[in-house]
Amino acid sequence: MDLGEINPVLLIASLMVAATPLLLAAIGELVVEKAGVLNLGVEGMMIVGAISGFAISVETGSPWLGFIAAAIGGAVLSLLFVLLTQVALANQVASGLALTLFGLGFSALMGQGYVGIKPPDMADIHIPVISDIPVIGPILFQHDPILYLGIALTAAVWATLKYTRVGLILRAVGENHDAAHALGYKVIKIRILAILFGGACAGLGGAYISLIRVPQWTEGMTAGVGWIALALVVFASWKPWRALLGAYLFGGITVLQLNLQAAGVAIPVEYLAMSPYIITILVLVILSADKSSAPASLGRTFHASH
Amino acid sequence: MKFTTLLASAAMALGLATSAMAEDKTKVGFVYVGPVGDGGWTYEHDKGRLAVEEHFGDKVETVFVESVPEGPDAERVMTQMALDGADLIFTTSFGYMDPTINVAKKFPNVKFEHATGYKTADNVSVYSARFYEGRAVQGHIAGKMTESNIIGYIGSYPIPEVIRGINSAYLHAKAVNPDVEFKIVWAYTWFDPAKEADAATVLIEQGADVILQHTDSTAPQAAAQEAGNVVTFGQASDMSEYAPFPRVSSIIDNWAPYYIARTQAVMDGSWETVNTWDGIREGMVEIGEISDRVPADVKEEALAMKAAMAAGEYHPFTGPINKQDGSVWLAEGEVADDGTLAGMNFYVEGLEGEIPQ
Repeated sequence: MDLGEINPVLLIASLMVAATPLLLAAIGELVVEKAGVLNLGVEGMMIVGAISGFAISVETGSPWLGFIAAAIGGAVLSLLFVLLTQVALANQVASGLALTLFGLGFSALMGQGYVGIKPPDMADIHIPVISDIPVIGPILFQHDPILYLGIALTAAVWATLKYTRVGLILRAVGENHDAAHALGYKVIKIRILAILFGGACAGLGGAYISLIRVPQWTEGMTAGVGWIALALVVFASWKPWRALLGAYLFGGITVLQLNLQAAGVAIPVEYLAMSPYIITILVLVILSADKSSAPASLGRTFHASH
Repeated sequence: MKFTTLLASAAMALGLATSAMAEDKTKVGFVYVGPVGDGGWTYEHDKGRLAVEEHFGDKVETVFVESVPEGPDAERVMTQMALDGADLIFTTSFGYMDPTINVAKKFPNVKFEHATGYKTADNVSVYSARFYEGRAVQGHIAGKMTESNIIGYIGSYPIPEVIRGINSAYLHAKAVNPDVEFKIVWAYTWFDPAKEADAATVLIEQGADVILQHTDSTAPQAAAQEAGNVVTFGQASDMSEYAPFPRVSSIIDNWAPYYIARTQAVMDGSWETVNTWDGIREGMVEIGEISDRVPADVKEEALAMKAAMAAGEYHPFTGPINKQDGSVWLAEGEVADDGTLAGMNFYVEGLEGEIPQ
């Protein structure tokens, strides 16, 4: 056992990378659920985003265009969910599951020609002076732009939900859609926008895996991150900063436990392997002792004639 | 006879004829642990399935279900396949062992073939490949090519098949490079590209400049490519899209001949329970092309070792070999027996760490 082999700077830097896909997907889903919609299709939207982003960035040579395409890809797939649940008023749980299955199959079809190709690199941001500060520089200031986007998005969602009129309306729709409707808010329209936002975020998260974290295209490569994001939203009590904490904890412990294994620490591997799940759940459950509850209209279908 | 009755009986006769024809077809099912596009393990099994289709043409019908989790879900999938009239079902992951046995009990007329397991029944055969022979070649090349003397190994689950591979690679790396050290990380998954890439990155960050993987996707190859000066080997499939570097060689599983032979046996009615364990000699394990990034003399030695195994002259586990605790496993010149290999649950001397139980 030699803990000295673990480089804490590299460890923290790579835990941030491991957490970002989860964070992006969770923030998107958080907004969707705050609007009172339960979209279980996160995994499907992520994988479609992963291949859309991969394909476009390979074709154009630009990772930026790839990420934009990923957001559009995720949003387009969520449009299907919109049609099913907001227009046809279908059951949200069933529609979400269908969306995941469809997304996994459809992405495999789209990705036929992209196996084994290396995507173009997205250069890390390098800010003169502060990026060169020892320790802090490599940890905080030498990442790819999308990682910062994830954090910025968390802050933006938090501020919007808490301080703005838009956020207030969104929350009203999620808490009591009949009351919001009586006040004259367009419940369906607001929900559609929230779902599209969720789809775009999930798409970005997926593309982060295929373009930066791995980087390659493989069928089914999200391998369940979407489901973890869904669970994270619940355990984070629908609060953006807690979702960020949860994502970093989960990503962090995942990377940490691999590091500990490689360094030969004498903790049984089984415990290390399950530690990301257990510690994340424990921390977030303890934090949610303040009894914050789910949006009251979560998962309920709205129809204006009611 | 009324015209409609005539028509109805004609339709019925036609229906009977087509269903009789359909019954002539042998239906072969495949259960996969990952997606067919994983570029590794499942990809090769699916190539075997396609070879069966090509070989028998209209006489067979194949079906497959991909990404089936190991556990109760697998039982459900197999049951459904058997109910749908499959005559032969290949279950292609170690974790399908007990589900296969359970489902086989319920369908005595359906033949089952379980890959990499050890439990057989009247209608359950097991088959596997001697991947450890390929690992010996990899270990040799890895030991010669590492400069940091640290070789990273991504394990999936601590099962005998994976442990055999680690031991074989280590023994042959150590033989050519006494300073070599193995760092082993257990991913506890067969297929999760993000996690596999993380594991590879962690090993590289801790100094490994050769990565061996026993997981199914090409993600570790991508991570190594990203890092630059790191050597990898294709696992289960050639993974030639990462050649000539980082991928310098590979172990390729060739299941097609076996799948064709077993399907033929079902057609002939000659199917019997067998326990197949074939290696380089029989062609079930192939060594992918060794790229030019490997020095010529190392390549020659590796090919010589492969030839010796193909001729049956060399066994990768030939004594003297001690177990991790220093006790003697194989005396000088002694060769490991298949029983011990099949249930291998110990590291050889020199490896560090414990096998998770």
